[in-house]
Amino acid sequence: MLEIEGLKVEVEGREILHGIDLKVDCGQTHVLFGMNGSGKTTLLMTIMGFPRYRVTAGSIRFRGQDLDGLSVDQRARLGIGMMFQRPPTVRGIQLEQMIRLIPGRETQDVQELAEKLNLSEFMRRDINYGFSGGEIKRSELLQLLVQDPNLVLLDEPESGVDMENMQVIGDFIRMLLQKDRRRTREHCGLIITHTGYILDYVEADLGHVICDGLLVCSGNPREMLEDIREHGFEECSRCVK
Amino acid sequence: MRERIEEIRGKAQAAADKPAAVGIDIDLAEFGEQPPAYDYREALHQISELDPEEMARTGVRVDAQERAGTFVQIDDTVVHASALEKGIEVMGTREALETYEWLWDYYWKAVPVDMDKYTATVELHPYDGYFIHALPGARIIYPLQACMYLRSPRYIQRLHNIIVVEEGAELHIITGCASEHEIESALHAGISEFYVKRNAKLTFTMVHNWHRNMYVRPRSGIFIEEGATFINNYICMEPVRYLQTYPTARLRGEGAVARFNSMMVAAPDSIMDVGSRVILEAPGTRAEVISRAVTRGGEIIARGQIVGEVPGIKAHLECHGLILDRGGRIYAIPELDGKDPDVDMSHEAAVGKIAQEEVEYLMARGLSEEEATAAIVRGFLNVKIEGLPPQLEREIQRLMEESESKAL
Repeated sequence: MLEIEGLKVEVEGREILHGIDLKVDCGQTHVLFGMNGSGKTTLLMTIMGFPRYRVTAGSIRFRGQDLDGLSVDQRARLGIGMMFQRPPTVRGIQLEQMIRLIPGRETQDVQELAEKLNLSEFMRRDINYGFSGGEIKRSELLQLLVQDPNLVLLDEPESGVDMENMQVIGDFIRMLLQKDRRRTREHCGLIITHTGYILDYVEADLGHVICDGLLVCSGNPREMLEDIREHGFEECSRCVK
Repeated sequence: MRERIEEIRGKAQAAADKPAAVGIDIDLAEFGEQPPAYDYREALHQISELDPEEMARTGVRVDAQERAGTFVQIDDTVVHASALEKGIEVMGTREALETYEWLWDYYWKAVPVDMDKYTATVELHPYDGYFIHALPGARIIYPLQACMYLRSPRYIQRLHNIIVVEEGAELHIITGCASEHEIESALHAGISEFYVKRNAKLTFTMVHNWHRNMYVRPRSGIFIEEGATFINNYICMEPVRYLQTYPTARLRGEGAVARFNSMMVAAPDSIMDVGSRVILEAPGTRAEVISRAVTRGGEIIARGQIVGEVPGIKAHLECHGLILDRGGRIYAIPELDGKDPDVDMSHEAAVGKIAQEEVEYLMARGLSEEEATAAIVRGFLNVKIEGLPPQLEREIQRLMEESESKAL
């Protein structure tokens, strides 16, 4: 589904990613660990195609197609979707209007989804205006459910979310990633996690550690998380050296 | 009476060459043509001079469905005036002044006749306009529609409107001013005097649909009494050569409220100098002045002035501008004038471009850059107007959408 080879990325003239290789197969969920500033968000933003993130070498292929030169919206329409960690507030566009603007599946079940996500009273509010951390995540999830992407990029889905909301968010991420299906699963995911809490709600197939712009190791995500909890990322840095 | 008419005439003559306080000075001698006279029509569909589509865009429904009444004027001639609901009167101003002697007490009271040459010219030459009267306690459910159409080139359309909303009455007016497509240079000089009596409510929504050769000089004054509310919505998204207007509302009685919402889009070569002024003269009065200006290459001067005369008043002014294209200019001039320590007045102004981050956010959901930009600009212009009945809210929303779809 997603194949990244030798990816180097610059932001404002400074190289952040120094050559990333990563492959996510159809139906899989991968988790990215790494310290702040290691390049995790840069990787997601580059896959989505934001112009600030300039690819200087390597390639990103999605369902066999090279994404080079495709704009953000073209990638979205190909089937890539992203949950933003800190999305901007857009004054004058209500969440309900945003949902109608999204080219995607039929939105007849949106009210029901909104209710389940405890978002009914937010539908007529300007998008992200005065939303709490948890409300932002739930609104992002609702938009993604309408967009229905094949590749789901989640940037710290648990940040700013209390335990009560974590269950709801976990359930809907599972829905987004079609975790209830096994053989016929068509969606895959790439999740950035800082705390690893999300792993208590969403099973992942593979974990990766990004360190100073390089993908330094991959393995069983739960084992990696335990390792990181015990030794911190310093161990990873040492490992690289 | 004669004395009063002479006094008004004298003042007008003295101000015949007086330039406006702001905006370029227009030589009125350049507009000398006489418009033809038009017949009066009993039914709206008989008005063949007006393109129904153009009318619809100014909020006027030819079928008059869900309307409390209709007034149509072409150039200087009243071609239709009808009231469909009880408690409301609609007629030409000149006819009204002949019918009701008491109306002279309202004539040139909210707008001074010697304000400038544009007010003076309306008094000194043939004119007409609408007189709309909501009787005491009348609750008029549907909006009344009025259309002022300018059809003849190289002339000055002179209007004098008087709106009286009596004690405890509630009235909504949708008025559209439009000119013929690609009209040669012409000038619209429109006087509007509003009197909103004790505990009455008036919502006045005005849509301007001019063309690139039009000079426009509306002059409005509003008196709002104790416990009364005046809501003014102004939509202007079509090209215009030079528009300059600065309506002034006076909150004269305790607890009176005024709200001005202006939504403007300036095409290249258009100049829009649009302001709203509220003078809070009584305790417990409140005012809100909100403007949203978008330029696609034209110039918008967004003025706003709030004058707090007495203690215990509260007012807010907000000018936000978006510059979409190079060559465009937005000049926001918010002014606060507090004359007592116990006033609560604030303003905010912001001018800039669309946030790229917002455009990209919408693009990440699959909208093209053009779709994302249009959605954000629409959202920006979409001021939430409080206190409207749902039917009128939908109607204003529809008018906004129609104007936007053409302007953006």
